[in-house]
Formats: sequence, C-alpha cells, structure tokens
Amino acid sequence: MTTKDWPLWEVFVRARRGLSHVHSGSLHAPDAEMALRNARDLYTRRGEGVSIWVVKASDIAASTPDERDPFFDPAADKIYRHPTFYEVPEGVEHL
Amino acid sequence: MDTPLFEYTLGLADDALISAQRMGWWISRAPELEEDVALANIGLDQLGQARSLLTYAAELEGEGRTEDGLAYLRDEREFRNVKLVERPMTDFGVAMARLLAFATYQLHLYRALSTSSDTTLAGIAAKAVKEVAYHVDHASHWVLRLGDGTDESHARMQAALDAEWPYLAELFTPIDPSLADRVADPAHLEDAVVAHVRRVVTEATLTMPEVSRALGGGRQGVHTEHLGYLLAEMQHLHRSHPGATW
Amino acid sequence: MAGKCHTAGTVGLVYGNDFGTDQAADQQAPAPDGQAFAALLADEGRVEPRDDMPEAYRKSLVRQIAQHAHSEIIGMQPEGNWISRAPSLRRKAILMAKVQDEAGHGLYLYAAAETLGVDRADLVDQLHTGRQKYSSIFNYPTLTWADVGAIGWLVDGAAITNQVPLCRCSYGPYARAMVRVCKEESFHQRQGFEILYTLSHGTPEQRAMAQDAVNRYWWPSLMMFGPPDDDSPNSSQSMAWGIKRFSNDELRQRFVDMTVPQSEALGLTLPDPDLRWNEERGHYDYGTIDFTELFEVIKGNGPCNAERMAHKRGAYDAGAWVREAADAYAEKQARRAATAESVA
Repeated sequence: MTTKDWPLWEVFVRARRGLSHVHSGSLHAPDAEMALRNARDLYTRRGEGVSIWVVKASDIAASTPDERDPFFDPAADKIYRHPTFYEVPEGVEHL
Repeated sequence: MDTPLFEYTLGLADDALISAQRMGWWISRAPELEEDVALANIGLDQLGQARSLLTYAAELEGEGRTEDGLAYLRDEREFRNVKLVERPMTDFGVAMARLLAFATYQLHLYRALSTSSDTTLAGIAAKAVKEVAYHVDHASHWVLRLGDGTDESHARMQAALDAEWPYLAELFTPIDPSLADRVADPAHLEDAVVAHVRRVVTEATLTMPEVSRALGGGRQGVHTEHLGYLLAEMQHLHRSHPGATW
Repeated sequence: MAGKCHTAGTVGLVYGNDFGTDQAADQQAPAPDGQAFAALLADEGRVEPRDDMPEAYRKSLVRQIAQHAHSEIIGMQPEGNWISRAPSLRRKAILMAKVQDEAGHGLYLYAAAETLGVDRADLVDQLHTGRQKYSSIFNYPTLTWADVGAIGWLVDGAAITNQVPLCRCSYGPYARAMVRVCKEESFHQRQGFEILYTLSHGTPEQRAMAQDAVNRYWWPSLMMFGPPDDDSPNSSQSMAWGIKRFSNDELRQRFVDMTVPQSEALGLTLPDPDLRWNEERGHYDYGTIDFTELFEVIKGNGPCNAERMAHKRGAYDAGAWVREAADAYAEKQARRAATAESVA
C-alpha cells in the first residue's frame, strides 16, 4: 500500500546577514507553513540560518541540462565582457 | 530552606521533566519523519528547562543534591508535576491536545515569571518563553489541521481534547501566599490560557469541552497510577548502580 | 516525474530523467551518447539532476541512496530504545539529539534520492515490503546501556569510514548530503566513545557492561563493510562510476586500524585473538570473519528484523490519519483561497 506523500518542497537558507539564500535540500510537508517550520527544525538546528525560503518543487522552473538543449550562451567568444580583455597603460589608476 | 520556593521550582521542573519523558517516546514513532525531528526538538527544549529548574531547586534545597539525584532518586510521592503530563501517550491527537494545553500554560507562566524578583527563575523563564512559543505554534498548527482535516481526524481530535481537558485545571492551582510577590501565580493565568486555547480550538472547528475538573493533587505528590510505571522505566538503570557516574 | 520530455523554462522540473529510454522521439534533442557523462567522471566532476547518465547508474544510485536513508531511519530504533532509560539527564539529552540527527540524515538522503526522479513514498513502500534493505547492523538488539556506546563508537565509526569517501562521489546531491551528514556524525562517534570511556573507568559492573557490549558489536560492525572484495561483483562497476571510491576490504582495514588504538585508550579488548599489528604491512591483521551470519541477517533471520519492520510499519500506519488530515486541510485552504480570489 503506497499512500500519497505530502508535496516536495525545496529549502533555501540564508546562513547569516550579508549572504544570499543557498539551496540546502528538500523535505515533504502538507503546506507552506508546516514546510517552513520543518525546514527550521531540519536545516537550522545548529544555528545555520537566519532566514528560510521554501518553494514547492513543482513551482520551480529549471533550465534543461546543457547536453540536451543548449541554454547557456556559449560565451567563450565574447571575452570582451571581461575586464581582463582590456589593456590599461602603466600608471593609470582606478580603472 | 525556603520550602515554598523549592516546591514551586520543583513543580515547574517536574512538569517539564515528565513531559519531556513522554515526548521522547515519539522519536521513531511520529506520523512522518519531519515530525520525528520536530517532536524531538520539543522534547529537548522541555528537558533543557527541566535540567535548569532541577539544578536551581537543588541549590535552593542546599543539601548537595544534583539534577540527576532529584530526577532519579525521588519516589512518586515526592514528584510535584501535574497529572496532565504523566498521562500515557496514546495517539498523535492526544499528544497535540496535551501539548497545546501545557505549552500555552507554560507560555503565559514563563512570560510572567521572566519579570520575577528571583533572578535565576527570571533568567530560566526568559529563555524558555521563546522555546514554548514555538511549542504552542506547533501544537496549534496540528490541532487546526486535525480539527479541520478529515471527518476521522475531527472526531479523534475532539475526543483527545475532551479526554485531556479535565486535567488542565490543576495547572492553575494557587501558590503558597508567601510567594505572592516574587513569582508568577498560575491562578491568575487561567482566563488568558483558556482564551488562548479557545481561539485555536474554535478555528479548528472543534468544540471547547465541558468544564469538568479532575481532582488535583499532583503538586502534593498524589499522582495517577501512570507515574509509577513511568518512573520505574526512567529510573531503573540509574538506581541499579548506586553512586555510579555515566 | 521520470520520462518527461522537457524544454527549458517549463515549470515543475527540478528533477527527473531527461534522457530516459521511454522518451517520445524528439528530433530537436541531440541523442545522448554518454560522452558528457564519461567526461565528467574522468574529470572528477559532479553529475547533477537531469544530466545524461546511464540508466543503470541512475538505478544503482537510487537503490544505494534509498538503502542508506532507510538505514538511518531504522537505526533510530535500537538507540531510541534507551532514551526513556538513559541513566543521566545529560545522557538522555545527548541521545535524543543523536537519534533526532538520524531522522535528519534519513531526510537528507531521501531528498538526494528524489533528485533522481523517484518519490519518497515509493522508497518507503519498498522498505516496508522488503524490496529495499537497510544496514544489517540495525537488526541487532540493544540489550544494555553500553550497547548505545558501542553503537556510537563502532557502528557510527564504521559508518563514518564509509561515508567520508562518499563526500566525493560522482553524484552531486548525494555527495552534498554526505558532507552534511559527516559534519554531524562526528559528534555521534564521540558520544559513543565517551559513554564507553565513562563505563570502562567506572564500577566493575559498568566495566563488565562495556566489555560485553563491545564483544557483541565488534564482528557485526566489521561486517557492515560488506562481503570481501572477491565476493563483491558490483564493486568494480560502482567504482568505475565514481560512486564507490574504495573497496570493502580497504575500508574495513581502515576502520580496524583506526579503532584498535581507540580500544586501547578505552581499556577494552576487541574479541579477536588474531588481532595484531603487522609491521611489514603497516596495518593490523585481524581474524577471519564468518560472513554466514551477515547473510542470514540480510535474509531476514537476524535477532530483530521482524521487530524493526513491525515498529516502522506500525508507526507509519498509525500516522496515516494524521497525514491524510494534513492533506485534507491543505486542500480546503487552497479551495478557500481560490473562492476568496474569485469573489474579490
């Protein structure tokens, strides 16, 4: 007998002020309120977090793996986006 | 020794200790893994409160007893917890009804106690307020979901509430008059606690149980038959090795 | 989730199998040739959810991660057994925290398994029906308080030996879960060692209790590393895939080498008359393990197999009404919100 599980939620935790939320893992919960509380118990027991986001896994849009469907700009040929591309004369500061 | 203060502290300590003992049973038996983690957390909080309070009680007694001496070497008639917390764990609905009642009481009590002139108790209470606020939150969320869930859960949650309710009154047993201005008197908290619980129960589409009061006595060491078995299990190993360190 | 044909940006697709054999033919998608997977492995890179991977790799990982998760959950029972009887409040608190961690580890691992496109409910069902297994060590009883120490010292010690290499396994979510687990596990081993140290330096009865526990848990702990390398046909594939980094015997030897000096610090003997330092090899020699016991326990004939499963299934069944109620409430709330919106 398999009963239906509660929905899957992805958990994002901000470890401390100044950092952004980082994906920590997932858990099952019946709704957002319980998901938030479960995430607090599961992922911040050792003081690892000051802020938690939970999102239903089914609400997340994800890019496809690169081999299947090239999604990311093959940026190797646009090196002019990087500062190291540019020559700065000796002695010129703040550039 | 200030006997009334000692007994008062012991009452709070034993409430937390016995409640923690019952809560520990749920670890590996909860309805879902996430709940195993949550209930373990609540049990750990309660055990922590018990340890702080027992240590202080031993200090007040001034006879060199320790938290373990008090926990493991007293008999039933020396325990000062209310009967509510020693009742057996039968199902999750009962656990949540009991936790809602007990944690709401603790929340109001600890809030009041955090301004006590007894600085040790005030300090313990201030830390505990944050913990029990979360316990109330947890129990409320579950009472809501069980009350307003399925027909079966509604019936079971109502039955649980009806069974535990008579034991709530004992929590508001007035304290010794000599303590009046120094610590929180639970007798003053009954209206606020009941109102708080009523809000949750009503939102959960449940009915507040009829007022009926089981006989008190826990604060004088007159308990239900359940406590004996609980203590036998809890204390047996410690008592089997007198004087040993663990 | 498995078998869906995704395009970039479609909602609800963090996990799954983009390259499953039951895909509808999609001319625009390049046929996976396994090159990316092979290159990743060669580079010690990480395979991430929805990457191209051999079906056998996916299946093998699902099974391994799930069984690892099941082990954590079942492992809660032998130790949880002593929470109510812990001989001091400090020990009670520590044990509650440890068993709580084990539930947490199970959850991290189920989460990792789900990234491969399976549902936790299915994995739990496979455990309950015996189609997936858990570590055989948890089919042994905890007869005394010292057993709790022995489990922390020996069983968690063996688990750590196994788990540290897994922090570098080829599958990202599993490796990351293992990093988290390993951080928490070291407290587990220390608390077990501390329990036994206190016992072995205590009363004669306590010393005897500690030695008795070690006598019963030593050989089963060695068996946790699995059959000898010669009898482990799946190991080489597992290693080629970067899931297994060291062989069973290598890990077992590592565990023995680590543990013998610790036993000396404890003042307890390990029940193996053939245990001795081999200067030439630079390792401890140890006696022949009788693996028939392991196979019997795996088959279901261990001391506690039936109890462990009855406890697990019992808790699950007893909680069904709670889980259903939570679902029902969530649905009601969703309908109420929808109604409120349409009225507004």
